[in-house]
Amino acid sequence: MAKVLLLFAHPAFEKSKVNRALVHAARRVGGVTFHDLYENYPDFDVNVEVEQRLLESHDVILFQHPFYWYSTPALLKQWFDLVLEHGWAYGEGGTALSKKRMISVITTGGREPAYTPEGFHQITISELLAPIRQTARLCHMEYSRPYVIHGSFQLTPADLMRLGSEYATFLEALVEDRLDFEKTHSHPRLNDALVASIRSRDLSEVSRGEP
Amino acid sequence: MHGQEFFEQALIYLLAATLVVPLSKRLGLGSVLGYLLAGIAIGPFGLGLVGTEGEDIMHFAEFGVVMMLFLVGLELEPALLWRLRGPVLGMGGVQVVGTSLAVAAVAFATGQGPRVALALGMILSLSSTAIVLQTLNEKGLIKTKAGQGAFAVLLFQDIAVIPMLAIFPLLAERQAVNSHSDANLLSSLPGWLAALVVLGIVVGIIAVGRFLTTPIFRYIARARLRESFTAASLLLVIGIALIMSRVGLSPALGTFVAGVVLATSEYKHELEAEIEPFKGLLLGLFFLAVGASINFQLIFAEPLLVLGLVFGFMLFKFALLFGLARSFRWNGDQALLFSAALAQGGEFAFVLFSFTTQNGVLPERIGSLFVAVVALTMALTPLVLILTERFLKMRAAAPSVEREADTVHEENAVIVAGYGRFGQVAARLLRATGVEATLLDVDSDQVDLVRRFGSRVYYGDATRVDLLESAGAHKAKVLLIAIDNPEKALELVHTAKRHFPHLAILARAHGRSDAFELHDAGVEHIYRETLDSALRMGSQTLRLLGMRAYQAERAARSFRRHDEALFRETAAKRHDEKSWIAFVRERTQNLENILRSEYDQRRPREVSWDLEAQKDEALEEIREESKAS
Repeated sequence: MAKVLLLFAHPAFEKSKVNRALVHAARRVGGVTFHDLYENYPDFDVNVEVEQRLLESHDVILFQHPFYWYSTPALLKQWFDLVLEHGWAYGEGGTALSKKRMISVITTGGREPAYTPEGFHQITISELLAPIRQTARLCHMEYSRPYVIHGSFQLTPADLMRLGSEYATFLEALVEDRLDFEKTHSHPRLNDALVASIRSRDLSEVSRGEP
Repeated sequence: MHGQEFFEQALIYLLAATLVVPLSKRLGLGSVLGYLLAGIAIGPFGLGLVGTEGEDIMHFAEFGVVMMLFLVGLELEPALLWRLRGPVLGMGGVQVVGTSLAVAAVAFATGQGPRVALALGMILSLSSTAIVLQTLNEKGLIKTKAGQGAFAVLLFQDIAVIPMLAIFPLLAERQAVNSHSDANLLSSLPGWLAALVVLGIVVGIIAVGRFLTTPIFRYIARARLRESFTAASLLLVIGIALIMSRVGLSPALGTFVAGVVLATSEYKHELEAEIEPFKGLLLGLFFLAVGASINFQLIFAEPLLVLGLVFGFMLFKFALLFGLARSFRWNGDQALLFSAALAQGGEFAFVLFSFTTQNGVLPERIGSLFVAVVALTMALTPLVLILTERFLKMRAAAPSVEREADTVHEENAVIVAGYGRFGQVAARLLRATGVEATLLDVDSDQVDLVRRFGSRVYYGDATRVDLLESAGAHKAKVLLIAIDNPEKALELVHTAKRHFPHLAILARAHGRSDAFELHDAGVEHIYRETLDSALRMGSQTLRLLGMRAYQAERAARSFRRHDEALFRETAAKRHDEKSWIAFVRERTQNLENILRSEYDQRRPREVSWDLEAQKDEALEEIREESKAS
């Protein structure tokens, strides 16, 4: 069993249908600590002590946020700046996060083809996430492929339901240590091969969300 | 007086004042007693440096009293004076009439004729405005209940002198010696006309003060000649005093009225600054002269009689005043202070005794005897007040209001004036971040309380330049004004701007109107004390109603930003009342509209996140992609 910490950062959460669906699903999964950064720090005054204790008491750290200017929302950047202290997260004696797993859960307005060399943005999500990946490495964390949901503007209610339930399955697998990260490495997104990467407890549960 | 002689005299007086007064202050005796002692020392019965001309000098220096009342008037706005009408007429009236009759009764019982007894009663009912006000001011007691009561009574006494001057000739047994000195306009007029003249003059003073002085002073101020402003200020006071005494009214009363009229004028502080040093010098001279003119020959000739009269009179007057204060339901401490302050004869007595002996109301012997008695009682008053203060302090568990300002032993970059609810928070934040501040508070109970919790707070009135000076204002960088009294805060701003212009001032404002006043006074950093709490309360309410914390936070910040801008705009425009109200209404409406459109959930706000336009573009982009493929 793994303890999962879901760090959620969205300055306009009330307007995001897809994030609402994801958060709604996540909050019903046992073993996941949901931590809403914009709700806790509306003045950007991140409490470093509290955040570090939270990180220390969890094994898997998820950052769920919309993709703003090819990066995280401002508060999450502030969070990185303040919480990941030298001598605690990195540098000499900085081993507090060692061996913990970091996963980015990202929603984008643009669809997947936009994030290809031929597409509108010309650069892939993985490449854009280089700073995060390097951050994880500097903090001796295991870094995974990002969990990305594209095209958030044109999702139907049915899509949202499916995405929510997929996300719940993913989180359950994380809690129960059933996700085989080796298998996800061949895909650009963590959620591309979810069914194949989750070891059996009851595979039918995963397929239930599929149309 | 020849020039040479004048300067020699001046040298003696100034030397005495310079040598004795600081010493007296240092010994805790106050300046008044110091002047009196110095006067005795240089007088004919001390070193004999000045002779009997001391009395002439006293009459000249009485002008200091006139100036003092002008300054007192400047401090009293008409509204405040109107509030004092009860104590002035009630307490003052009862005191003057009651003391006159009681003293007269005693004099009558000891074998004086009824006329002499009545004259003595009236003259001795008066107290010394100069000594009492100066001493109370110096001790910082003037704002106490006892101080205000004493002031009200003294004010009534000043007015009461007028009818007394009219009554004395009627008491004369023989025809009055028609000396030229007491021939004045009023006494030569029939009663109704005299009343009209008095009324006309008072109205005249008010009219001149209200409508003429401001343009005149503005004209003079534009010349940028400091001494011409000084001259104009003196001209005003001397002019009024002369007119008043020419018609037979009290000059002190006249200048007091002028002071009250000018209390709301924009030149109030300049006038204060100009007259203050003259008042100080003249009052000092007056006290010196009183000391010098005490007739010790008379006292040594009949020591028992004089001392008996002095102590008997003071005790008697004290008892009457104490009874009066208690009958107005004052507590013991305040009644004690009040009656100790007023239990003496006044400087008017000198004038009235010479007037009555000339008029033949009083025999020469009684006149000169009582001049000596009154002078002694005046000289003893500062001493009596010191003892009273000691007694009250001893009785109170904690040192009470009557307390000298502390000496400040530190110099910091920050001075915090007012260490109450507000100042404490700011100062503690500073200390928590390693910034030491010099803390001042005028509430002695508060000072003692926080000291018990380990804070180093100094007692004293921060609006006083000398206290600011000793708190290191000349070296400090920032002055935090956290006083809860808006008038005091404003006064402090003016003082600081005038004497320590290098200080950055941050001021707590009670509400919007006080904030405007501070803004007008040139304060850049103004903190309305309830604004931030109210906004936090509002934003918390929004959160409890389900709004995201971040949106609520931004709404509050946005509100404050707009409100701040509105404040600065209105501050500039508010002096034109009509357009101001329209402007404020329009802007307040605007502010709410802006926020409503920003935060109404049904009409999403256009911010960088999730723009409608962004959505459109995203869809456009998708369409382009499908065309390309």
